[in-house]
Amino acid sequence: MVVDATRISAAEAAALRRRYSRRHVAARIGVYFAAIVVALACAGPFLWSAITAFKQNRDLYNADNNPFLFNRPATSDHVTYLFTDTQFLTFAWNTLWVGVLVVAITLVFALPAAYALARLDRPWAGPLGIAIFLVYLIPPSLLFLSLSRVVVGVGLQDSTWSMVLVYPTITIPVSVWLLMGFLRTVPKDVEEQAMVDGYSRLGAFARAVVPLVFPGIVAVVVFAFTLTASEFIYTLAFVSPPGQMPVSTGVPTQLIRGDVFFWQSLQAATVLVAVPIAFVFNLFLDRFIAGFTAGAVKG
Amino acid sequence: MATPLVEADVEPTPVKQLARRRLADRDGALAWLFLMPSVVYIIALVAIPFGLAIGFAFSDVSAGDPSFDWAGVRNFVRAFEDPVFWRSLGNTFVFTGVSMVFIVLFGKILANILVANFRGKWIVRFLVLLPWTTPVALSTISWLWLLDSIYSPIDWVLRQVGLLDKGANMYWLGEPGLAMSSVIAVHVWRLVPLAAVILMAGLVAIPRDIDEAAKVDGAGYWRRMFEITIPLVLPVIAVSALFGAIFTFTDMAVVRILTRGGPNDATQVLSSWAFYRGIDGGDVAGGAAIALFLFPLLLAAAVGILRVVRRIEVS
Repeated sequence: MVVDATRISAAEAAALRRRYSRRHVAARIGVYFAAIVVALACAGPFLWSAITAFKQNRDLYNADNNPFLFNRPATSDHVTYLFTDTQFLTFAWNTLWVGVLVVAITLVFALPAAYALARLDRPWAGPLGIAIFLVYLIPPSLLFLSLSRVVVGVGLQDSTWSMVLVYPTITIPVSVWLLMGFLRTVPKDVEEQAMVDGYSRLGAFARAVVPLVFPGIVAVVVFAFTLTASEFIYTLAFVSPPGQMPVSTGVPTQLIRGDVFFWQSLQAATVLVAVPIAFVFNLFLDRFIAGFTAGAVKG
Repeated sequence: MATPLVEADVEPTPVKQLARRRLADRDGALAWLFLMPSVVYIIALVAIPFGLAIGFAFSDVSAGDPSFDWAGVRNFVRAFEDPVFWRSLGNTFVFTGVSMVFIVLFGKILANILVANFRGKWIVRFLVLLPWTTPVALSTISWLWLLDSIYSPIDWVLRQVGLLDKGANMYWLGEPGLAMSSVIAVHVWRLVPLAAVILMAGLVAIPRDIDEAAKVDGAGYWRRMFEITIPLVLPVIAVSALFGAIFTFTDMAVVRILTRGGPNDATQVLSSWAFYRGIDGGDVAGGAAIALFLFPLLLAAAVGILRVVRRIEVS
């Protein structure tokens, strides 16, 4: 579209400018409005959980009370209960160290495997890569029956270590798949140059390639940790002493007793677990996106 | 990049080190060395248990009698004769299909908002991530109260605006149709952020100049969206759909916590039905036979989606 500038008079130009700036303002308002709507849609339940956690029973169990306000004075009794009468801190600690260990194991296993599949030009690399991805499609709901026998066999039943043993089955296949994508984006010249400079293939991998796929590694770390923290079928099936449980089974076990739900404490636990994980994920979100861009999009 | 090596700078490599380097340089050996840990681990903890699960499906193993006896296809016949199995199968498809459509649709909208520039983006992103990063068991318990038969805050709002009579309730989890919609809604709510993050990766990968060139040519926002952005991110949309499908298809936590498959198995899916039979009912063999159905279906879905991705990338 070519516009002949000389034909637009000053008045017309001013009108056009006003129209564009109005449109610009409208677009800005639209963006903010949309952002607030999506933030509320996603985080609304948590906001509401945070309020509920501090409610008195008489406030909560009255269907006529406004559920979004304190109709009676707030109380911290139920939050205190979570810390004093349940093993919440133990659950949180279990989730954390299991997650960190599983992520470490995943990286140690998946990174070399992904490199071998993406780079070392073996004829079987293609089929094997697909096979590893297919492993990801075997759901926990299919494996836990037989895996519980394996766990008993190695003597890890009712132990948090059973999760460290079993969770990488979920994280390794998907991590290999993602890392393969990231590794393919590293130009081959990088390793060749490193090898010309005197590194072995192994050295080139460790010193030249790994630093370059760092955003991809961050993506995998964050993703794997979230999957691990969320997993619940295996824990449900393998671990029964509360002291050995992670949050995803420990909290429901101790705060849902038969038909009695300790609602406020449950809501408090949800918020206390949700916020730190989302916070850390958000810190790495840009790297995660960059990693995913490199891996899944271009790979 | 690196300065060329000058002959005089190179010290002769000791023989021992040379031998080690040759091993570290041999691609074939290295490939095996690199792959071995993962392959051994996967064979030990996925392939063998998978085989075992198939074995269970053809056996009469139960919680009370763990000894293995061949039972042929009896478990499958029993599953096929059970109307609940067919119901679960249908529900699984409805869940996965409907959730996937909404996850991708909302994910795309969310991704478009999150890549825009505005103040307070950090906090909005943080809030948006919450449903995905929270352990599913905990966030679903929050929803259990939000959908409570008496105290549901959603009902309270509906009563305030006059859509619901005073003292009336929706019974979100009590009516078959509503229960189904509720479970799907929670699933979608939980997985949309993940889809959005994956789609954002696709959006930021679009070269800016393409978009700007179209803008200069006078294409409006929606025209650019449908004729440039969406065709370019189609492969990523497929990837996010794949993840959405896998997570919906195999997950039973939401169904388990919200409805336990009820009312009257209206929300029962294959994975929750298998858990109910295999663990709650102690019928390990029957549960394994049902769970086994998840795999070929998932395989078909994954192959289909990956094929679409490849076709888009090639063309």
